[in-house]
Amino acid sequence: MRLRKIEAYIREERLDNVRSALEQAGFTGMSVVEAKGRGDQKGLALPGRKGAFRIEFLPKILVILVVKDEDYPRAIEAIIQASNSGRPGDGKIFVSTVDEVIRIRTGKVGAEAL
Amino acid sequence: MNTGDTAWVLISSALVMLMTPAVGLFYGGMVRRKNLLSTIMFSLTILAVISLQWVLFGYSLAFGPDHFGLIGDLSWLGLRGIGDTPNPIYASNIPHVAFLIFQMMFAVITPALITGAFVERIKFSSFLLFTILWATIVYDPIAHWVWGAGGWLHSLGVLDFAGGTVVHIASGISALAVALVIRRRQGFGEIRMEPGNIPLTILGAVFLWMGWFGFNAGSALGANALAAHAFLVTNTAAAAASLAWLTIRWALHRPSVLGAAIGGIVGLVAITPAAGYVTPFAAILIGAIAAVISHTLTIPRQRLGIDESLDVWACHGMAGTWGAIATGLFASKAINGAGANGLFYGNWSLAGVQLLAVLVVWAYSFGVTWALAKVIDRFHGLAVSEVEEYVGLDIAQHGEATHM
Repeated sequence: MRLRKIEAYIREERLDNVRSALEQAGFTGMSVVEAKGRGDQKGLALPGRKGAFRIEFLPKILVILVVKDEDYPRAIEAIIQASNSGRPGDGKIFVSTVDEVIRIRTGKVGAEAL
Repeated sequence: MNTGDTAWVLISSALVMLMTPAVGLFYGGMVRRKNLLSTIMFSLTILAVISLQWVLFGYSLAFGPDHFGLIGDLSWLGLRGIGDTPNPIYASNIPHVAFLIFQMMFAVITPALITGAFVERIKFSSFLLFTILWATIVYDPIAHWVWGAGGWLHSLGVLDFAGGTVVHIASGISALAVALVIRRRQGFGEIRMEPGNIPLTILGAVFLWMGWFGFNAGSALGANALAAHAFLVTNTAAAAASLAWLTIRWALHRPSVLGAAIGGIVGLVAITPAAGYVTPFAAILIGAIAAVISHTLTIPRQRLGIDESLDVWACHGMAGTWGAIATGLFASKAINGAGANGLFYGNWSLAGVQLLAVLVVWAYSFGVTWALAKVIDRFHGLAVSEVEEYVGLDIAQHGEATHM
């Protein structure tokens, strides 16, 4: 069975909404990393008295979860629903294939270990 | 003139000075990390700005020669004529300049207390404008009414030992007024805004608690038994309130660390007007009841969707209100012959005067502060842009960030 890893960079204040949306969609396990990042806007420019003041990296949250192949569109839908504010800086989601998952305690592998 | 008294009042002034940056730490730990420096900056700046305001004209307006019981005047502008010679009306045992310094620290901390209402979204320039105008048109007149020679509430016999009415009611009610004018923080009520650094808040609370001994015991204006008494009841009320708040949080959820700190501050607020007039047993009641009142009143504030960020109204305004009324109930001439008996000692009139002072200071602080905030908002704008709020005021307003 194929497994997918979802890595979603979201606004930090949206974490709670994303967590509960994923939970409602049936995804309980996830890891969360504090991150800083920038996109097409190259950070953010604030107007200042001596010209624009640029903030190169903005605080973001990286949410990582691994799900079954058939489940991943639902997970992505939940993340988008909970983190889309319609403004630049809402973040990006990366999806990749995972070769194997092993649960340390039991040694089980694959979907059973999720 | 008494050197011991002078020493005590100067040391007390230094203790009260410490309270203002302590307010910055206390509030700073409760905001999100991106607004920590900005929040501390409010108190730090007020220390500088109001110190000058006080020396230039604030002291003269608050304590200078009376006009109609309402306000002093500008005859002590730049402290003209004020020096070593004691002012027999305010304190005949210490240099006039020592009394002035002690009072300056009260004028400094009061606007700092208000800043909890608008943290995380006010423009620094608007904050400065607000603070200078507020100190001049709200604090100075109220200080004159209650403490100034010839002040009308003072003449009616109102008791406010160390500033329950002048400091805590005025700042707490003003906090509510300005919060009703400035826009709410983005995502208020939708996203979690958890304290960024609780240990910093504890540090601020501890410095406040310690500084409060200068605040209250210093208000005896002498190194004497009354100062020792005020010291004792101050600590007692804070202890009772800290435990009471802790108990409430424990009953509802967990024994909160933040709750123990906030409770202590609420007890200190409530005992402030009464510190020179009540027994230690009354102090326990005043502190514990203050915790119940303030804790309870944070709930309707949240339900009504009022973004008064750090509950200055509930914790200072309402604990101060309770303390002022409690002074009318528990005050005893056995503790302080220069005071008066309260309701529980058979005197109804003091409670009446206390209540009148509370209502008047509520109305004046609320009305004038609301109008002041409206005017600044209309002509200069109170809040930062949404992008600046998103980035945080530390970077957006000061170009600096906290790394910890």
